Formats: sequence, structure tokens, C-alpha cells
Amino acid sequence: MAFESLSDKLQNIFKNLRGKGKLNADDVHQAMKEVKFALLEADVNFKVVKRFIKDTEEKAVGAEILNSLSPAQMVIKIVREQLVELMGGEPAELSLKPANQITVIMMAGLQGAGKTTTAAKLGGKLKSAGRRVLLAAGDVYRPAAIRQLEVNAGQLGLEVFSMEQGHSPVEIASAAYRLAQEKSYSVLIIDTAGRLHIDEDMMKELADIKTAVPVDYTLLTVDAMTGQDAVAVAEDFSEKVGVDGLIVTKLDGDTRGGAVLSIRSVTGKPVYYAGMGEKLSELQEFYPDRMASRIIGMGDVLSLIEKAEQTADIEEQKKVSRNLRKGQFTYDDFLTQLNQMKRMGGLSGIMSMLPGMKGIDPDQLDEKQFDRVEAIILSMTKAERSNPKLMNPSRKRRIARGAGVDIAEVNRLVKQFEQMQKLMKQMNGMRKHGGLGNIFGNNLFRGKGMF
Amino acid sequence: MGFFDRLKEGLKKTRTNIANGLDSVFGDYSQVDDDFFEELEEVLIMADVGVTAADRIISRMKERIREEHIKDPSEARNALIATLSESMGKQTGFSASDERTVILVIGVNGVGKTTSIGKLAMNFKKQGRSVILAAADTFRAGAREQLEVWGDRCGCPVIGHEDGADPAAVVYDAVDAFESRQADILICDTAGRLHNKKNLMDELGKINRIFDKKLPDVRKEVLLVLDATTGQNALSQAREFKSVCAPTGIILTKMDGSAKGGIVIAIANEFDIPVRFIGVGEQAEDLQTFDPEEFIRAIFC
Repeated sequence: MAFESLSDKLQNIFKNLRGKGKLNADDVHQAMKEVKFALLEADVNFKVVKRFIKDTEEKAVGAEILNSLSPAQMVIKIVREQLVELMGGEPAELSLKPANQITVIMMAGLQGAGKTTTAAKLGGKLKSAGRRVLLAAGDVYRPAAIRQLEVNAGQLGLEVFSMEQGHSPVEIASAAYRLAQEKSYSVLIIDTAGRLHIDEDMMKELADIKTAVPVDYTLLTVDAMTGQDAVAVAEDFSEKVGVDGLIVTKLDGDTRGGAVLSIRSVTGKPVYYAGMGEKLSELQEFYPDRMASRIIGMGDVLSLIEKAEQTADIEEQKKVSRNLRKGQFTYDDFLTQLNQMKRMGGLSGIMSMLPGMKGIDPDQLDEKQFDRVEAIILSMTKAERSNPKLMNPSRKRRIARGAGVDIAEVNRLVKQFEQMQKLMKQMNGMRKHGGLGNIFGNNLFRGKGMF
Repeated sequence: MGFFDRLKEGLKKTRTNIANGLDSVFGDYSQVDDDFFEELEEVLIMADVGVTAADRIISRMKERIREEHIKDPSEARNALIATLSESMGKQTGFSASDERTVILVIGVNGVGKTTSIGKLAMNFKKQGRSVILAAADTFRAGAREQLEVWGDRCGCPVIGHEDGADPAAVVYDAVDAFESRQADILICDTAGRLHNKKNLMDELGKINRIFDKKLPDVRKEVLLVLDATTGQNALSQAREFKSVCAPTGIILTKMDGSAKGGIVIAIANEFDIPVRFIGVGEQAEDLQTFDPEEFIRAIFC
């Protein structure tokens, strides 16, 4: 499905308006229709959208268009600011008690939201922050839920408290709390069974746990793909159990995640973490501003930039950019770049964070092509790698045999490499380290050519 | 209790029943005008039908209303039901009672694949069929054990390997067991995977091809499990899963909450994948054969 971005649509609406003056009511109203559509497509709850549109329209009408912006950009700026505000502004952090006291965290949510996985991930995170963490296996209903928690926790070196069949979650939570006191743990995370918000008995069970144990944080775990019903879920959990914060899961998918906005606006509670992958290390801080951009369909470019910064090996980068400044770009440099992209979660990881990448042919995302290119480069001699000019047909044939690929594939790589070299020379004045990845990326996205 | 009653029962718990919304649309308006349609659109969107599908349904409904000279909002209700049923297309039921069948169950994480398989197995066993379960979710800790608990409950053998094993190897073994025991039905569980992860989707395609290769003459069903709570992303799920292993049907789970599952209407609008089963509760008999018209009546009327 081709996805026309909101900014394109707004650009169209304002095409007759030159970049000066104030936003007028008619234009803003037209623009807000598109914003409304975008938010609904992103699964923001209808009622939340209505309120948001009304408030934002009031703000936008008559607003002075900033000198550097087009009217469309001005509207997006206002919409985005409003969204970020609604989303909580700054990233939030759990405030744990001093290490000689116990901070109790209870997981809550619907079935399949990802509580058990998240409980382990969160435990791992707090452990690496220097806390002694105990997990309590309180999901006594789903078959093998306790084992799932034990295995995940085991991989992270966390301890799990569980009891044999027949004990209620309230008993388990209480006993776990006593153990935490005796053995001076500083964090207790209680996993609970998934439950429907309209199931009164099950909701009471959570409330009972809170009566039995001094829970500091009840964290509602929400699947980022949730639709309109997110509001009803959040309302019920807030009313019947009480919610202190949110964790959004499965944000590594391609959902726009409007449910996050719905739930934020209903509960007013901060989102503490975002689940970004199946690996137990992939629980990340939540950035309201990036989520706002993602919901209105502008991608998560900021996240991408940051991920690049985190993963890029500074030393390797320095070497690459030294070579670049000298106007050289070798296969070794190419390999370094390739490995960096791999570490950033591969192509699909990167693509999911870029705006407007929905229509890309999935064939282009064959991660195995990375491996093939790597094999080709590794089949070159050291001399060939550092001096690309050496390449000739007989060398290519040898390389193709070594890498176990067709010679056409080697030719394609060499051609692409030469194009890149040219590009690199053009950007010789480039100072910043991270920029290389962008050029590399663009080339990849443009067509089938790269690999 | 039939499908309709169970569904109604399931939805009775629903606090913000959509029927109330529709009652007010059909009751409050004295004529079928723009305001009426606007409110109707809102009701559809609130049910996760999505803006695009809702617009399409409403324009078809307008046509119908013009053709049938409907003036009274209460008559428009029937026009809506007819339009919606029509948009769901022909949805054939699913019966595994006559021939040997393999069923591959796929979907994103946490939609209820393993649980649905347990319920399916239970129902097939009740019909006197012999069932084998394949625990090809070797990724999620406890997934095999979860399936084994269901296997014990209904007396079905479960073929599984240790955690982290190659799921394809599990499938090969399960196919062998299915053949050597001449079982009636083989149901294959798979790890939940987000549809934008190319490697995991490729792995699924590979599993799917094993059945075509090893059991070319056995009927194959590929059931995509969708969570009724999911919003518009379900469209993206359907699209991507379709591209790797062509689902022959959908299982819509978690319809006992307050979510309406309107996303299946949007999916019917865009893809030709019928809904086969619908989950309306925790019990095995709560997994029911899907009937589009009853579904629409239950959630909208």
C-alpha cells in the first residue's frame, strides 16, 4: 500500500499559500482533517482524536508562521508539539527506593501483551543498574508461564520465586515479598497472568495483591498494535487496580502505535519503557517526541540516529573517515560499514525506523545478502581489499569461486563499490563521522542495484 | 449453546457495547442525512474497521439506501447489516472431518496461537479424530511445555525438540509421526513473529514448504491468528503473512473482551482470506466456527 505521508498531504493543502503571514481558519481546518485521518489510521482512539483536533485547531488558527517554515511545516510543528506534550514531554524514569529498601513492581495487562518477557527484561535492566532483583512467578493460569519466566530469568542471571500448584497469586506475591525482606533484595517484580479488563474477579485479584504487598509501581503492559479498545482497557485497569506507569511492547513492529497516545491521555501516567525486540536486552527508554513523530507517520529518524551513534565503533569509524579524507575508500572500509549496519539490527531494523519506507519491496530486505557481500569481500586478498584498483577479470573469477557465488554477483558488487567510491570522493569535505551510513543507506534503498 | 448465543454471552460483559452506539445512531436521527452517516462512520471506526474500509462501507450503504428508497433510519439498520455481510464475502466454514489435514498456525507474538491450537485439538478429538501436535515454536521459553499441557488434556501426542532447536527439524519429525501413525490431523504451532522481520518470515516460508514437499497429497490449511484487540496493523500482518505462506483462513481471538474485532471487516475488504474460527472465551468450546452474518449482528445490533 502506497503511503502518502502526512507532510505531503499538508504540503498539497497549503500549496497556494506562500510562506508568510498567519495560518487562517479554513486552511487549518482542511489540514486538521488530514491530521485526523492520519491519527485514526494510526489507531489513536476516535474520542481522543476528536479532542486533540479541537484543541490543536484552536492553537493553530492565527499562529504566526515562522520565517524558516512553510505553512505545512508550521502545522506539523504545532501538531507534533501538541502530541509530544500529550505523550508526556520528557522521558520518564522509575524512581527506585534506596537499595536497603524494597521497590515492588507489579506487571499487569491483557493476555499476550508481553508481561512475562517484559518482567524478565526489566529485571535484567535493573540488575545491570546494580540492584538485587527477585522475580515472583504469579501467573498460575497459563500453562508453562512459570517456566517461561524461569528460563528468561535464568538467561539474565535473575532469581525467580515460585510456589507449587494450588497457591493463589496473592499468596505467591506475599511469600515473595517476605523472602525479599529476609534476603534483602532491593527490587521485587511480580509477574501476573494476562486478564481481560472486564473480568471483575481477575481484576479484583490484582487489587488484592496490592492490598497484601506494598506495590510501588503497577505497570500496565500494552501491546503497541492495540486498536480503539486501548482506551477501555486503560480506563478499567486504572479504575479497578490503579496504574502507575506504562510499558509499551512490540514497538519493533511496523505499527504506528496510536494506542500509546490513547492510553497516555486516559491514564496520564508516564511510559517508562518500550519493548524493541525479542532479545532480552531489547527493552529501551521511551522517548515521547519520537513516538509522536512515529504516530503521525514521520518515522523514527531520531531513534535511528541514536542507534547509529550507540553501535558505531568510534575507532573503526575514525579509520574509515581518515581514509575518506585522503580520498580513498577501500573494501576494508566497506566491510566495516557493512558490519556496522548489521549491528544496528540489520536492514529491517533500520528500515522500520525510517519514514516512508512502507512501500519498499521486501525482496530488497534479504539480510542474507549482507552475508554474501561479506563472503565476497572476505574472499579477496589483503592487497585487493586495500587497493581496489587491482581488480581484474581473473581475480574476479577466483573471488567468485572462493565466495561460492556467481561471477555476476562479484561484478555487481565491484560496480556498486566504484559508484560508492565516486560518491565518497564528492563528499570529501565531510567532517561528521556518522554521515557515511546515510549515503550507504540511500543507495541501498534506491533500487535493487546495491547488492 | 450456539455460536450466536456464545458470542452474545461473551459480548454481554462488554461495558461499552457498540450496540448502544448504533441504537443511538439509528434512534436519535429522524432522517438519513449527513450527520447520520458521520455518526455511523464513527461507530465503525470505534470498532476498528478503519477509516478506509468504513468510508467504503458507508458509500456502498448510501447506494443501497438510494436504490431501495430508504428514508427511515431504523430501516437503514438492515441496509447496514446487508452491506457489512456482503463486504465480508462468502466465508466458508472449516471442517476437518472428512480428510486428513495438516494445519499450520501462524501469527505475531501474543495473539493466542498455542491456546487456539489446544482448543482446536480438543474439538477435533471430541469429533473422534486422531490429532498430533507439532511444537515448532522452539524460541519462546515454555512454549513446548504449554502445548504439552494441552496435549495431556486432550490426549494428543506432542512432537517437540529442546528449546532453541531448528523448527524445521521439529516439523520433519512431526510429519514422519503423522505418516507412520496415519493420524487424521497434524496441527503445527509456530513461534510468534513480527511480520516485518524478514529472517523470521523466511523461516516460516521454509516450514510451510516442508508440508508441500513431504505431504503433497494431504490437504493443508494455513491459519493466521489475529487478536481482536489489534488495530489497523492487522492489515499489515495479513499482507505480510500472505506473502510468505498464503493463509487459507483466520482465527480471530479474544472476542470475549470489549474489542469488536472490526479489523476482520477491513481485511475482508482488502484480502481474500475467510475467517474460520472465532475465540469468545477461555474454554475449548469457546473456539467457534465463524459465521459472518451472525458476527455482524452480534457486534453491531
